[in-house]
Amino acid sequence: MDWINALVQGILLGGLYALFAAGLSLIFGVMRLVNIAHGDLIVLAAFLGLTVTTATGMHPLLALIVVVPLMAALGYALQRGLLNQTLGDDILPPLLVTFGLSVILQNGLLEIYSADPQKLNAGGLETASVPVAGLSLGVLPLLTFAIAVLVIWGLQWTFYHTPLGRSFRAVSDNQDIAQLMGINRRHVFGLAMALALGVTAIAGILLGIRTSFDPSIGGGRLIFGFEAVIIGGLGNLWGTLAGGVILGVAQTIGAKIDPGWQILAGHIVFLLILAVRPNGLFPRISA
Amino acid sequence: MIVNGYTVTRATPAARVAAMLGAITLALLVAAPWWAGRADLRQLGELFLYLSLASLWNLMAGYAGLVSVGQQAYVGFGGYMLFALTMFAGFQPVVAIAAAGLLGALISVPVAALIFRLRGAYFAIGTWVIAEVFRLSFAQVSALGGGSGSSLPVGIVKSLAASRQGREWLSYWLALGAAVLVILVVHLFLRSRRGLALTAIRDNELAAGSLGIDIWRTKFAVYVLTAALTSIIGALIFLQKLRISPDAAFSVNDWTAFVIFIVVIGGIGTIEGPIIGTLIFFALRETLADLGTIYLMVLGAVAILVMLKAPRGVWGFIRDRYDLNLFPLGYRVSRTDNKEP
Repeated sequence: MDWINALVQGILLGGLYALFAAGLSLIFGVMRLVNIAHGDLIVLAAFLGLTVTTATGMHPLLALIVVVPLMAALGYALQRGLLNQTLGDDILPPLLVTFGLSVILQNGLLEIYSADPQKLNAGGLETASVPVAGLSLGVLPLLTFAIAVLVIWGLQWTFYHTPLGRSFRAVSDNQDIAQLMGINRRHVFGLAMALALGVTAIAGILLGIRTSFDPSIGGGRLIFGFEAVIIGGLGNLWGTLAGGVILGVAQTIGAKIDPGWQILAGHIVFLLILAVRPNGLFPRISA
Repeated sequence: MIVNGYTVTRATPAARVAAMLGAITLALLVAAPWWAGRADLRQLGELFLYLSLASLWNLMAGYAGLVSVGQQAYVGFGGYMLFALTMFAGFQPVVAIAAAGLLGALISVPVAALIFRLRGAYFAIGTWVIAEVFRLSFAQVSALGGGSGSSLPVGIVKSLAASRQGREWLSYWLALGAAVLVILVVHLFLRSRRGLALTAIRDNELAAGSLGIDIWRTKFAVYVLTAALTSIIGALIFLQKLRISPDAAFSVNDWTAFVIFIVVIGGIGTIEGPIIGTLIFFALRETLADLGTIYLMVLGAVAILVMLKAPRGVWGFIRDRYDLNLFPLGYRVSRTDNKEP
């Protein structure tokens, strides 16, 4: 029963990792940009949530209505003001600029909020659980997983059933021709980053409710998100969810064997999958 | 060499002057223990080790297109090998440093086979995963102090040299020697046949491939060579520190972020760039270090600005302006008066 419990907890944890990964997957899909600062942006969202909840006394989940638009606006500004200048055939500029951004964000947060671990206080939601078939499942992990499924479904729907999604796919296929067809790719990239950081905001708040966080943990969150994307296969959002679940299960099972092995087990499973299936389990496009 | 009235040269007058000045500087630096204070000696030693890390990162990113944010994997690995080999196998520290390089090369072979499956930016994050795997694995080894790390036993430290001064001098010379070795190896590698292939790949991978260059093998050679030398530098870093812990050994900020900033600001894809970048980095650190986190933010902002506005860094700017090449890699062709026989 313990093992089944670990398995189920891992699946639910995978929902959070899928949320870390969804933003990463989205911007890679639209503009082939890999954002090294992604993890730090997740942590930034968590800290913004902290400021909003302590200032207004709101429930952290309610704070989403402030933090999501804030992060989305930041995403649009960041893309138009900075990241659009780095796009091109050379992979160095986007990589190094987002790396610099990551260092600035991390130290900026350290300057403002100090290195003390913080947590978002969600009251009873943190400990509430429901009994399901002999297992006791936390309401928060269940909610996180449901939100992850909803977000990925929403992104998928946006991609394939809206004019915005059509322009995303158009610039993804061929930027120059999309531009000729009257799409302003700089604006579209800005919107994609806004959407990605909106998702990141959700991920950050849920992370902050689930565990304590401090300015230094961004790199680790980036790696989890990245592993979920690669395990699932590039460009496939449902694959990313599956990747997150596999990573989550690997970690909880690893922790069950030996608590020191939790994170390591996740990395090892990722490397094994990379060795056996270099394009991930469900590839849509080749990298 | 004169062909059909054209002169083909490699070294320029500037390069000859630079080589002479370099030799004089080197002689002065070798003699530093007799004219520099203890703190300065320590500072210089650290500078040489950063210079080496930067030159190696530059060889990978600037020439082979392998942008790694996980070179701390080899810095930490080298450091831990120094501790393990001296503590458990009874190696003399200097022998252990060389052995660390060998082991670094060995372990980089399977690592490369795995992460070379990832391209571009995903390769970068893949290298970071490897560094994390190394960090978490060494944190599990209780003989090396687990998560809290361990200090180098006094007996081993004393085996390096009996007096404290002797140890400080030796570790300074080792650092200087490592920096000279790294720059020499990078320079010779780039001038070799494989280096020419590498430059071709950097300029156009598709064209290089169609000319029969084995791209995978060339990049692989660079990765393994860099891993070996980075492990040696890592061993030297922790010989200076005398204490190792997983968080310090595999720190992404200390061993990768700073190094990247040094190379980007100095000028990526040139041998001179990392040298200039290291000097700028240490000058900035001396003046701004009191600012702590703000210093890092300034460094990050400067790197972003350089990347966007002057992607070839300080040296790129100087080279374009004055047509200078201190470490000549290519050949120059100029027309000569061919009236003489």
